Amino acid sequence: MKKVLEGSHAVSEAVRLAKVQVLSAYPITPQTHIVEALSEYCSDGTMNARFLLVESEHSAMAAVIGASSGGARTFTATSSQGLALMHELLHWASAARLPIIMAEVNRALAPGWNIWMDQTDSLAQRDTGWIQLYCEDGQDVFDTTLQAYRLAEAINLPVMVVLDAFFLSHTFEPVDVPDQDLVDRFLPPFSPRIELKTSDPFAMGQMAPPNVYMEMRHDIQKAMEQVPDIFSRVEQEFAAIFGRSYGPVERVHCDDAQVIMVVTGTVASTCRKVISDLRSQGEKVGMLKLRMFRPFPTDLIRENLGSVQKVAVVDRNFSFGASGIFAQEIRAALCNRNGHPPVFGYITGLGGRDVTPEILAEIYWKTKNSALPENESVWVGLNE
Amino acid sequence: MYEIRFHGRGGQGTVVASILLAKAFFNAGYYVQTFPLFGVERRGAPVEAYLRLDKEKILVRSNIYKPDYVVVQDAKLLDRVDVTAGLKKGGSILINLKDAPDTMETFSGFRFAFVDANQIAVNNGLGSRTQPIINTAMIGAFARVMEMPHLDIITGAIENEIHVKTDQNVSAARQAYEAVTLFGMLENNCGNP
Repeated sequence: MKKVLEGSHAVSEAVRLAKVQVLSAYPITPQTHIVEALSEYCSDGTMNARFLLVESEHSAMAAVIGASSGGARTFTATSSQGLALMHELLHWASAARLPIIMAEVNRALAPGWNIWMDQTDSLAQRDTGWIQLYCEDGQDVFDTTLQAYRLAEAINLPVMVVLDAFFLSHTFEPVDVPDQDLVDRFLPPFSPRIELKTSDPFAMGQMAPPNVYMEMRHDIQKAMEQVPDIFSRVEQEFAAIFGRSYGPVERVHCDDAQVIMVVTGTVASTCRKVISDLRSQGEKVGMLKLRMFRPFPTDLIRENLGSVQKVAVVDRNFSFGASGIFAQEIRAALCNRNGHPPVFGYITGLGGRDVTPEILAEIYWKTKNSALPENESVWVGLNE
Repeated sequence: MYEIRFHGRGGQGTVVASILLAKAFFNAGYYVQTFPLFGVERRGAPVEAYLRLDKEKILVRSNIYKPDYVVVQDAKLLDRVDVTAGLKKGGSILINLKDAPDTMETFSGFRFAFVDANQIAVNNGLGSRTQPIINTAMIGAFARVMEMPHLDIITGAIENEIHVKTDQNVSAARQAYEAVTLFGMLENNCGNP
């Protein structure tokens, strides 16, 4: 049934319907509403699940690592400093091949102390072995969370469902929340491949000397390489039941586009309007929405951007001393393809600064009117 | 598309007012999008909330800078916040105010309305005289200013969402709908209604 739901609660509802068994979290704005609702569901019996109260995000991740090792379907959520504190155990979760799902509400890192939207927190975890999916609206958040369980449990890797602070986490909009029996058809109970039990004890995560470690890492990469196929099947099954699918990337007006804007998160939604307005003025502009960041959809990037005249990447994040992180990855994906287009990198909307339709139009016009990028990164919307 | 901006103070239920109105319009067949502009949440600090309404899916997800309607939950904010900033010419402003202001130059070019939501809230036992809970009265008054949605849809949303003093909140919305004073469009030199 469609109802007006906050983005945070779109996550909570999906986690409830996924029949998650063990949850653990430490509250941090702007993620708080997600686990507030879930802790109520656990205490009032709506969910038959244990909510483990812990003293830090590091412990929250440790708790779900333990529960997942024991064969439970798990969930946690965090933002910003909390995610940074989890960093050590993010590596652990993926290397232990645990299908943990985490909602990550993008928030700026301090100092200056800032609770608002910024993607640098999740992108700084790009090398931890987590699958990362970026959401555009409340429905996408709900659907992606459900899909994440199927994907994670099929591939034995953890998935981070990433959503924008406030512009998504605190935004109420209509979201279709299906009945339990439909969700059950899509998502059967978790049947773990490895299950640590007191009745059958064994050791996990012990010493891996040079003769085996490299193969273990190669296995994780082989699993990552299977993600596109498995995700495609998961999406097909999802579409068969719920009638919606998204893909790892989405093309909008790309066929005859001379400039393609690469966008993520809620900026993709605003950009749809901008593209449509520019098209009505006769501009040949398209957009490519990146939903999957890890594994990076290199083939789809080459296929969609390889022969366009210019690419403009909108980064709501920054790697100091380098450039926007999405722009880096797009450049890397294109560089081995002959005759690839120039990649214009734009930095905007850091720390909750609004990304308006005007900002996105400005990015388009700057790209159209320049033969080559003036810098690796052009900062848009800076105060004088 | 209609864009509405709410001004209030932390603890006044400004965000809840915007959500209630969103749910009412959703029930009236609109696509809705509402979110707060957060400072860090502190009681008494100025807060804003935004509401977009459209018959189609709303794509733009940035803040609202050129609203069609402005709702001010606390008249004291008028000294601190430029509440008409960006308000479209001919747009409407609704203020929680006891009496008509002495001068309305600030509001020329707009449609002006006010309602004594504090008194209505107190009469209905909602909050105290110093901290009245006025948001349900304000959305009742707003339905009159915007001429939609139907008052029954507003009260229906209150009944669904407010589980404490539900009848009093419904009654506050109905009374505010009746009590609101509408000045219509204020031309220049609009000292008198």
